[in-house]
Amino acid sequence: MTLVTATERSAQGVPRAEGDRRPPDRGAWFLVLPALIPILVLSVGPLLYGILLAFTDAQSGRTRATQWIGGLNFQDLLHDTLFWESFRIGLVWAVGVTVPQFLLALGLALLLDQDLRLRWLARALAIIPWAMPEVVVGVIWRLVYNPDAGVLNETLRNLGLGDGRDWLSGLSTALPAVIVVGVWAGMPQTTVTLLAGLQNTPRELHEAAAMDGAGAWRRFRTVTWPALRPVALAITALNFIWNFNSFALVYVLTSGGPGGRTRLPMLFAYEEAFRYGQFGYAAAMGLVMVAVISLLLALFLVGRLKDRTGGDQA
Amino acid sequence: MRTSTTGRTGQYAALLAYLAFLAFPFLWLVSTAFKSPRELGSLHPTWIPRDPTLDNFRQAFDEQPLLRAAGNSLLAASAAAVIAVLIATPLAYVMARHRTRLAKAATGWVVVSQAFPLVLVIIPLFLVLKNLRLINSLAGLVLVYVVWALPFALWMLVGYVRAVPTELEEAAAVDGAGRLRTLVSVTAPLLAPGIVATALFAFITAWNEFFFALVLLKTSDKQTLPVVLTHFIGAEGVADLGPLAAAAFLATLPSLIIFAIIQRRVTGGMLAGAVKS
Repeated sequence: MTLVTATERSAQGVPRAEGDRRPPDRGAWFLVLPALIPILVLSVGPLLYGILLAFTDAQSGRTRATQWIGGLNFQDLLHDTLFWESFRIGLVWAVGVTVPQFLLALGLALLLDQDLRLRWLARALAIIPWAMPEVVVGVIWRLVYNPDAGVLNETLRNLGLGDGRDWLSGLSTALPAVIVVGVWAGMPQTTVTLLAGLQNTPRELHEAAAMDGAGAWRRFRTVTWPALRPVALAITALNFIWNFNSFALVYVLTSGGPGGRTRLPMLFAYEEAFRYGQFGYAAAMGLVMVAVISLLLALFLVGRLKDRTGGDQA
Repeated sequence: MRTSTTGRTGQYAALLAYLAFLAFPFLWLVSTAFKSPRELGSLHPTWIPRDPTLDNFRQAFDEQPLLRAAGNSLLAASAAAVIAVLIATPLAYVMARHRTRLAKAATGWVVVSQAFPLVLVIIPLFLVLKNLRLINSLAGLVLVYVVWALPFALWMLVGYVRAVPTELEEAAAVDGAGRLRTLVSVTAPLLAPGIVATALFAFITAWNEFFFALVLLKTSDKQTLPVVLTHFIGAEGVADLGPLAAAAFLATLPSLIIFAIIQRRVTGGMLAGAVKS
């Protein structure tokens, strides 16, 4: 979420109004070092170290020294069908969560932007999935999906829609079932972000458009959407990355099962590293994940920027 | 803008559908937590427990070291929040007030750090912490949480610093106050609410965190609440529903309460620069 601002700014090329260009005087180092040292030692350092590890045969609990093996891990990865299967599942999951999440959140944000009575309740409820530990979200939905004592099957039975099933263990139902949970878990944050974007569009524009006799859809297309677009773009890109890299939710719901049908890349890499001790190989997986996702995002953002300059901004 | 009555009705119907979707899983958790074992075993579960009981809570505490885990979580999350805010505030100040290469690099790092899959960071961290003998120790976990909390802490704080007018600081400087003096006596008090909100948010994030805790903490006397929660789900994926629900309910309460208090500030802080500009 922190990123919204950053992406925003750089996307729009808006210079900051405040702050001066003077370099900080010597006293400033005293302010900067307390944060800079931990960042360098515990974040940037490990990141670089992690990239290096991807080119080694590092394993846990081994006495022999770790060796530099060049691109061998990547060669192995290329032929690792299980990894690419998990990669494919990761993409299906990330798109499957991000798109409905965005559409639902947009709908809710538009509703909450109206003068409706239950607004406060919706805002209060929206907090619940957001503030909850992911593990708890997973637990909750295990209770909902429980084949015997779960509310979902009971509701289906009451509606006469069959006897229900074991959603999380079914080969064909497991992935859709966890995707629904992903949508639920991330909707509030997306909603609140979009709502904040909506509340920054000038009211007068809406009123002027309404006076010109523009219907709801036209007002949305010509006034709301153009103003909301940068925020929508940033939050969608972010949600995609976060979803692709997610772990805890699915770990608690299915641990990647049944038969690997919900094994996201992070679950795969986690098992590889901390169950089988293949540190180098798991690091290589991480690196491939970053590379492919960055590429996809770059294509997405370039595409969006292009059709932005190519008109449509009435 | 006027909306027709049918439009209004449609809007309320949609809003109610959303409310149901958002609320029902949580309500089901609460309902399950208070159900008796007999009712949990029944094939036709009800929304309202017929004879509500606290047995699940008692059993949850019996089965797993919940109190200990909550203590571990509390310790790790508060330490991480306090340290993160203490070291982030000065850097955020410099980032907000000076457009230097350093500030830009820090901003770039904030952005990049969001995109990396955690596995690429946790493996080397695991090796480093192992050499420092900080595996299975809360101190090691706190170190990781501090760095993990820094990006968004920085980002929120930069927004709060920008909201403090520079004129106040300049006035203090004219009056002969040094940089540190100005910071402590002029800027810090105005920043206080933002700093508190940032710390609380850092606390919740650490309280809820699972992946690092799962990897770094080995024994159940050191584990945090989210990790211990997963112990209620057996190896075969079979869970004792009642105690699981009870423990999950308890684990959520603190972050729900804190989040309800700071929610407005968090979104405000996050979006301060984003939508305006």
